[in-house]
Amino acid sequence: MSAPEPAAPTPSDAALLDVDELRVSFATEEGVVQAVDGVTFELRAGEVLAVVGESGSGKSVTAMTLMGLTRSPNARFEGAARYKGTELIGASEDELRRIRGAEIAMIFQDPMTSLNPVQRIGEQIVEQIQEHEGVPDQQARERTVELLDRVGIPRARERVDNYPFEFSGGMRQRVMIALALSCSPSVLIADEPTTALDVTIQAQILHRIRELREETGAAVILVTHDLGVVADIADRIAVMYAGRIVEQGTLDQIFYDPQHPYTWGLLGSITRVDKPRPERLPAIPGLPPSLADRPEGCHFRPRCPYEFAECSKVPPLEARVGGRSAHLDRCWLSVEEKRDQREIRPGEIGLSAAEGTAA
Amino acid sequence: MSVEETVRGAGAGPSANGDSPLVEVDHLKVFFPIKQGILVEREVARVHAVNDVTLSIAEGETLGLVGESGCGKTTMSRAIMRLIDPTEGALRFRGEDVTNAGRRQMQPLRREMQMVFQDPFASLNPRKRVGQIIGMPLRLHGSNRKDVDAQVRDLLGKVGLHREHVNRFPHEFSGGQRQRIGVARALALEPRLIVLDEPVSALDVSVQAQIINLLDDLQDDFKLTYMFVAHDLSVVRHVSDRIAVMYLGKLMELSPAEELYTKPIHPYTSALLAAIPIPDPEENRRRERIVVGGEPPNPIDPPSGCVFHPRCPLATDVCREVEPPLARYPNGHLAACHHPMSVSPAEIDAATRDSASPLSAGDELPSRTHSTGGGHPA
Repeated sequence: MSAPEPAAPTPSDAALLDVDELRVSFATEEGVVQAVDGVTFELRAGEVLAVVGESGSGKSVTAMTLMGLTRSPNARFEGAARYKGTELIGASEDELRRIRGAEIAMIFQDPMTSLNPVQRIGEQIVEQIQEHEGVPDQQARERTVELLDRVGIPRARERVDNYPFEFSGGMRQRVMIALALSCSPSVLIADEPTTALDVTIQAQILHRIRELREETGAAVILVTHDLGVVADIADRIAVMYAGRIVEQGTLDQIFYDPQHPYTWGLLGSITRVDKPRPERLPAIPGLPPSLADRPEGCHFRPRCPYEFAECSKVPPLEARVGGRSAHLDRCWLSVEEKRDQREIRPGEIGLSAAEGTAA
Repeated sequence: MSVEETVRGAGAGPSANGDSPLVEVDHLKVFFPIKQGILVEREVARVHAVNDVTLSIAEGETLGLVGESGCGKTTMSRAIMRLIDPTEGALRFRGEDVTNAGRRQMQPLRREMQMVFQDPFASLNPRKRVGQIIGMPLRLHGSNRKDVDAQVRDLLGKVGLHREHVNRFPHEFSGGQRQRIGVARALALEPRLIVLDEPVSALDVSVQAQIINLLDDLQDDFKLTYMFVAHDLSVVRHVSDRIAVMYLGKLMELSPAEELYTKPIHPYTSALLAAIPIPDPEENRRRERIVVGGEPPNPIDPPSGCVFHPRCPLATDVCREVEPPLARYPNGHLAACHHPMSVSPAEIDAATRDSASPLSAGDELPSRTHSTGGGHPA
């Protein structure tokens, strides 16, 4: 089965954000934790890039490093991350402050803890607008009301003077989105934006993010562990495992022709409501490695049923599928072997033959 | 989890074959008072957390309890465990009335009902070793030290951990392993009922599947009865025989597990299903999503009539005025809706009012004119 070619919009302009061999490590009592290990990707205007991985895969550290939020005395950074040509990794705090919020904005996972609980929500947004643009109070306030209205908060004019505790979780996440959009950023980093929300509210928020992307043309980096959300909204996907990107490609390439055993294991272990239920859920055996003590070579090796001698060397992230320059993966198996091992049944995806499922 | 069991156990109230169910919940209400005032506190309002719910759990089955935050599912599970006092209604465990049971009456029953909590990082004491955590219930119920040690090692093996881990602290384990410790602790006293409160929602996808499969195996090995509380419909499907859907303190639908996905009767259930993103891009592009607007209303002052009517795309006048009774459809499928979906006119005609209906519900069952016929959700 050949995957359809990129359905994603392919903007012709140069990358907005260019991350090159980014490495982040933290010195801890247990040794050096290599949280991000040579991550390279590009983000173009108007696209949604989903960074997918489980806890400890380095997806959040990657996102937060771009915002300069992982800086601490025990952290070490290597590589580069350029936003419209400006280097972010070595940037001074002043430079970062200018970019943060205005050019690159972030939505955090937990709307309960990421707003200031003792400040009215309107003031928090006005403060951000005035920090970046010297507009008068009244104008900033008008814009705040407009923003709240745009993200779908009913009676925005009355609610602008409420405190965060007076909002429900879904409404608070909307306030976070309004805050992130307040200075019309060109890059929006959303770190698990809907994980803390109920499904019906999640559907509303995703719908909103999609609309706003179309209205504003901002590029979005969506950090998530939920492949359902990814299928709903992403154009391209980067799958991370133990600090490295193990596979990268368009939405359809990853879902219909996954090249890395971890990717297809992940796709296979999702519970689905639209298909008959399997006797047993296919699970990836074992646990992700500790980042302080990672296996040599391919990090997925200890959990991989297809391990062979070559796997003790680190596979480079490169295009291995003929005719698809944008589909990269880190696995030594040949494309034919992968397609043999990975069983794709009609209407089902990413099921591993080794795990076996009775449909 | 056989098919016969599913059918037999379906529906509320005692099952047909005469066995009394393990857990019976009878018109249960749990209200939390909101008090105000200086010196003399007066009750100014009540949060209607669980508002007249009737259901039962048969021995050996798994009942899934699903709903969004604030629907009362956690209050419900805690009331069944008798960790919260019911306001009205009755609770029976093994046929024994425990509605107002005190500490002394509950003590022997506690052995038989255990709980696994959502957050494996918060539900294990960080200062205790794994052996102490799992051994505590055994010691409280009078096992001697030597037996406890052997049993703890045995339990660790059963949940897929190494026996040598007995002297480690919780922080040395990953989330999935910690949840296994929580399961081992719940198993220690060989209970009959385990209430699982979102046992996998804090875990990574690949680990979720491992824990679900473990719970499945343990149920077979130990003949356990589960109540599986979850906030969405995707995980609960793989473990449940029957699924109950709650909204704002009310039971909206109760159905044999698979049928809920192929034939959701209540528009709320259908909305919950539609809200789950499908991890398949083509499928996603093809399907039309009904995004239900709004948010659950305040449980202090629930809406009149059907509590879902302010958000329901099918709502009419009758929904605003009359609370729908639980109608019983084939296979013991219950739904409280004036405009049932996915059911045929003949099924609507044959529907009967179930005794699990809230006392305040109207008498009128859905009629063909109201229904949307065989409409199937996206």
